[in-house]
Amino acid sequence: MKKLLIALVAFVPSLVFASGAAVHLDKANYDLTDKASLQNGAKLFMNYCSACHSTAHQRYQRVATDLGIPDELMKENLIFTDSKIGELMKNSMDKKDAAKWFGNTPLDLTLEARVRGADWIYTYLRSFYKDPTRPFGVNNAVFKDVAMPHVLEELQGIPTAVFETTVDADGVEHHEIIALESNEGGEMSSDEYDQAVLDLVNFLVYSGEPNKLERQNLGFWVIGFLIILFVLSYLLKKEYWRDIH
Amino acid sequence: MLKKLVMGGIDWIDARIPMTETWNKHLAQYPTPVNFNFWYFFGSLAMLVLVNQILTGIWLTMHYNPSAEGAFASIEYIMRDVPYGWLLRYMHSTGASAFFVVIYLHMFRGLIYGSYQKPRELIWIFGMLIFLVLMAEAFMGYLLPWGQMSFWGAQVIISLFGAIPFIGDDLTLWIRGDYVISGATLNRFFALHVVALPLALVALVFLHIVALHEVGSNNPDGVEIKQKKGTVSEEAKGKFTFHKQYSSKKDIMDAVPFHPYFTVKDIMGVSFFLICFAAVIFFIPEGGGFFLEPPNFEAANGLKTPEHIAPVWYYTPYYAILRAIPDKLIGVVFFGGSIAILFLLPWLDRCKVKSIRYRSLAHKINITQFTICFIVLGYLGAVAATPLYTIIAQIASVGYFGFFIALFIYSKNEKTKPLPTRLTH
Repeated sequence: MKKLLIALVAFVPSLVFASGAAVHLDKANYDLTDKASLQNGAKLFMNYCSACHSTAHQRYQRVATDLGIPDELMKENLIFTDSKIGELMKNSMDKKDAAKWFGNTPLDLTLEARVRGADWIYTYLRSFYKDPTRPFGVNNAVFKDVAMPHVLEELQGIPTAVFETTVDADGVEHHEIIALESNEGGEMSSDEYDQAVLDLVNFLVYSGEPNKLERQNLGFWVIGFLIILFVLSYLLKKEYWRDIH
Repeated sequence: MLKKLVMGGIDWIDARIPMTETWNKHLAQYPTPVNFNFWYFFGSLAMLVLVNQILTGIWLTMHYNPSAEGAFASIEYIMRDVPYGWLLRYMHSTGASAFFVVIYLHMFRGLIYGSYQKPRELIWIFGMLIFLVLMAEAFMGYLLPWGQMSFWGAQVIISLFGAIPFIGDDLTLWIRGDYVISGATLNRFFALHVVALPLALVALVFLHIVALHEVGSNNPDGVEIKQKKGTVSEEAKGKFTFHKQYSSKKDIMDAVPFHPYFTVKDIMGVSFFLICFAAVIFFIPEGGGFFLEPPNFEAANGLKTPEHIAPVWYYTPYYAILRAIPDKLIGVVFFGGSIAILFLLPWLDRCKVKSIRYRSLAHKINITQFTICFIVLGYLGAVAATPLYTIIAQIASVGYFGFFIALFIYSKNEKTKPLPTRLTH
């Protein structure tokens, strides 16, 4: 038991609630240049997320091209609807049905990494815990009473939350989650699961702004050019003003 | 042969429109004070960012869909499917922030060197009108992406008009064109943002410059370069010939022609500015959530209010003043007053000395406290209000308005330093 707790502290996100509602977020060290990670993220997204969540501003073709996935492979393994490869990544779930099933229409996730930030998604997907009072039997330490089931349960299992009860100066009791304990019921170890979620986050960050790397690369050239222009314009100015000063 | 042809062409045009005359009058023979410093780059930079907004705006309009159903998706279409659409969009969205950075520094220059004082009151008034139209332009532009902050920001600001007694409710209805912010609001904001307000801006910028060239530039010493005929030595006049419009009635001292001296200097300023601008566009286009707010990456949803609604940074000082006052109507009055009072600056300052360099310690302290209050208000307007922040915002609001009141009082009999007879450089 003691060993398990130590492992837990080391591997499972330690969720410390500040006195307010701010949740500590784990840093997602994603890498947009890591094609293998992005491809794995795309695979995980299409298999576990895309049935409910669309990325409707993005096109299949764009993902295939940017991630180095051959068109045929993309069509066979990652397009689950009858969409053509040039189409937007919508899904076939009916919005009214979805609202009936989950209480909410699942969000479009194209820009989720820009709305919530990579760290939030990374922590959120690693913060589901067992809660029999909820419709899907799980709750989330980052997003309390979330309507979403733990779709990655097959990979992670369902952790159990360790609560600590504190009494504040006014004598009010607070229930706080201090750790999540793995039930080791998933296909992956803690490390493997963290990596899988990181790959998924990497894909969502890519999805939020597919031009990010191109933007940064172009930026170096543009600024390089402007620095040369600045030096030349400084020399030109100095030459013209020589007879004034 | 070629030279003859070109000269012939120029003569042909000059006989029909005053091309060379205008060039000389406003550039090649326009007298510019020789002691312009760093602060004087922001006028030409404001022109640059205006042109940037207009050009990128034209291309964005080619792909943007001004409808509640299509607006948000069309922005993402521009970001993904239009070649270099992301660059156009970031140049425009961060360009708006750049515009305000430049304008605020340009206004601050006018403030410290007394450039609003007689005889330049109208230049200041036109400038303030530009600032006002620019705020409306940016506000309406921010609705167009149809994100959560677009929607709720507009909701908050338009509802302020509802605080006006009697006509408030009808007025908000008239602005929105609907009972809530809707496609009708989006379409009218689009029309105003791409046609009406840019036209007004360009016209006002033209008037701003016409008024400037009529009286001539102020400078960091606040000493006029145009002096009474016969009072300026040959040495002070220098070797340049200025257009007769400026030199026939006055003697001009310590001046150089705008072209080529300030064209080459401004090219240097533009290059430096573009380095900073490019650094933001290519590396931090969201400006840490200040230029593009994270909730705005989520499509507008009238049923879901964001946790914290904050206006874009360039409005936050005035927004903080609004929030610092508990009563909505009084808050709106001071909110409007915080901008309106700037129009009166030329008449509130009764001192004859323009530049901060030769003014009293009281004036220096007053400008410093005003600057601090403005920045503090800007910060407080961007964060969620707490009781402590509200008190600080109230103190800073007093400092903001106190600047003008104090200025009006001490400037009448201000103890100033003697002015130099020539420009110092």
